[in-house]
Amino acid sequence: MDAFITFLGQHIEMIYILILSIFVGIEVISKVPSALHTPLMSGANAIHGVVIIGAIIVMGHAEAGNWPALILGFLAVILGTLNVVGGFVVTDRMLEMFKKKK
Amino acid sequence: MIQQYWLYLIYLLGSVFFIVGLKMLSGPKTARNGNFLAAAGMTLAILGTIFMHTNEDGEPIGNFGWIFGAIAIGTVLGWVSAKKVKMTAMPQMVSLFNGMGGACAALISLVEFGHLHDDASSITVLTIIAGLVIGSISFSGSIIAYAKLQEIMKKTFKLPAQNILTIILLLAIMGLSVYLAFGDSSTALLYTVFALSLAYGVLFVLPIGGADMPVVISLLNSFTGVAAAFGGFLYDNQVMLTGGILVGSAGTLLTVLMCNAMNRSLTNVIFGSFGGGGAAAGEASSFAGGSVKSSTPSDVAILMNYAQKVIVVPGYGLAVAQAQHVIHELESILEKRGVEVKYAIHPVAGRMPGHMNVLLAESNVAYDKLVEMEEINDQFATTDVVFVVGANDVVNPAARSNPASPIYGMPILDADKAKTVVVSKRSMAAGYAGIDNELFYYPNCLMLFGDAKASISKLVAELKEMD
Repeated sequence: MDAFITFLGQHIEMIYILILSIFVGIEVISKVPSALHTPLMSGANAIHGVVIIGAIIVMGHAEAGNWPALILGFLAVILGTLNVVGGFVVTDRMLEMFKKKK
Repeated sequence: MIQQYWLYLIYLLGSVFFIVGLKMLSGPKTARNGNFLAAAGMTLAILGTIFMHTNEDGEPIGNFGWIFGAIAIGTVLGWVSAKKVKMTAMPQMVSLFNGMGGACAALISLVEFGHLHDDASSITVLTIIAGLVIGSISFSGSIIAYAKLQEIMKKTFKLPAQNILTIILLLAIMGLSVYLAFGDSSTALLYTVFALSLAYGVLFVLPIGGADMPVVISLLNSFTGVAAAFGGFLYDNQVMLTGGILVGSAGTLLTVLMCNAMNRSLTNVIFGSFGGGGAAAGEASSFAGGSVKSSTPSDVAILMNYAQKVIVVPGYGLAVAQAQHVIHELESILEKRGVEVKYAIHPVAGRMPGHMNVLLAESNVAYDKLVEMEEINDQFATTDVVFVVGANDVVNPAARSNPASPIYGMPILDADKAKTVVVSKRSMAAGYAGIDNELFYYPNCLMLFGDAKASISKLVAELKEMD
């Protein structure tokens, strides 16, 4: 229990960000028309690609001889990039179609 | 130190870009710029991390060759596959990219577990394992969702005692995770948890039918967000936390909105009543008795030519047949002859909410011609011809009238209230819910069998001759 409270105490700013972000996330999309659900889901999908930052940190601090870390980190960066780039490009393609005829 | 503060500011800017970008994505006019803004925020955060990040020991990021190599490979693969994918295959593509993000989170946890110091707190270990478990479930689940939508995997499997099995599996994963964190932190055990989580993701999605796939993808999308947020905790990284949680909460809300549109609860989708309810529906549909009336393109052309008002109900079949361009052509011809044409968009038509809007926008159908269910339902009674193209369950009157039907209670488009309903369909096969549709046997319903694109093309040709 103490460990848990200590963890919360040490990360209290992060906890605040967490709680506030939950509300922001809900607030921000609550008025979306259903026509935009798919692009929105796709855009959100690209945003969680932010996990790539963790992959970069892993990769960037892997020691030269530590092959498992290097290889897993390398793979993680590739996958994270796929998520980010693929996600944003697909979303843009969907939205491009909404714009054309207006 | 000052460099680190700069990085904090960059992360702050990135987070703001994410929030504003997401906000802009929810309006049709601002959506595209919103996507650019979010992408810009991401680029900032990534570049900032590469050039300015230092770990607790003050070491900067190294291995630039590896990092840029991986980013180059990922960019080319991601860009090309996103550009080449057909609009009809968009849902599974999103699922696939989501899976990549989940796998990324899982891999990070695998590596970080090996880096743990002996004095690491149990909560830190738990954070790492949570990222691993959620990321892995998201990965394997998304791949199964992809395979199902891509029709690599056609059947819906349900193991005996599926629900009990998955619950046991979930409990095992949680138990082992806690043991890893507070007891023995062995690598072998970690890989066991990894394998069990992958298995759970597979079992989680396997029994869920294709009609519910959008809900699943949206749910897995928010899972990956949460996995990214755990990464944020692990590295004390604010932008990972905000980005991840934003998607986690927005994704969960989106999932609930989709469930509401189908009038089903999330637990109902996950633990599934369709599998069990299907048998009952089979019996309930033996009412059929009557026969369907088959029609020809020329008859339908006459009907439409002299109609005042036509409503098109598009469904997944329209996407499969790639009929979005011919349907727009049909609409233009009819409009020129003074027929009012609208499209009725059911919230879950196609395989993702908004799927039909994206598809029809591709063929330049005006945005204001696409009318949502609540707005158009009152208009069916005054409509001469409803043209159902490749849709089925969303116009099934059983949802209103037959409590035994598995889709009972789902809001539907009241197409049956129109003077005439024309249904373009390849065969009498059931829709995605796997149930019969009594609408087809109604006296005011005509069936136009054949590929949607071919049928509509013939219809267009007939109409042109009539001029």
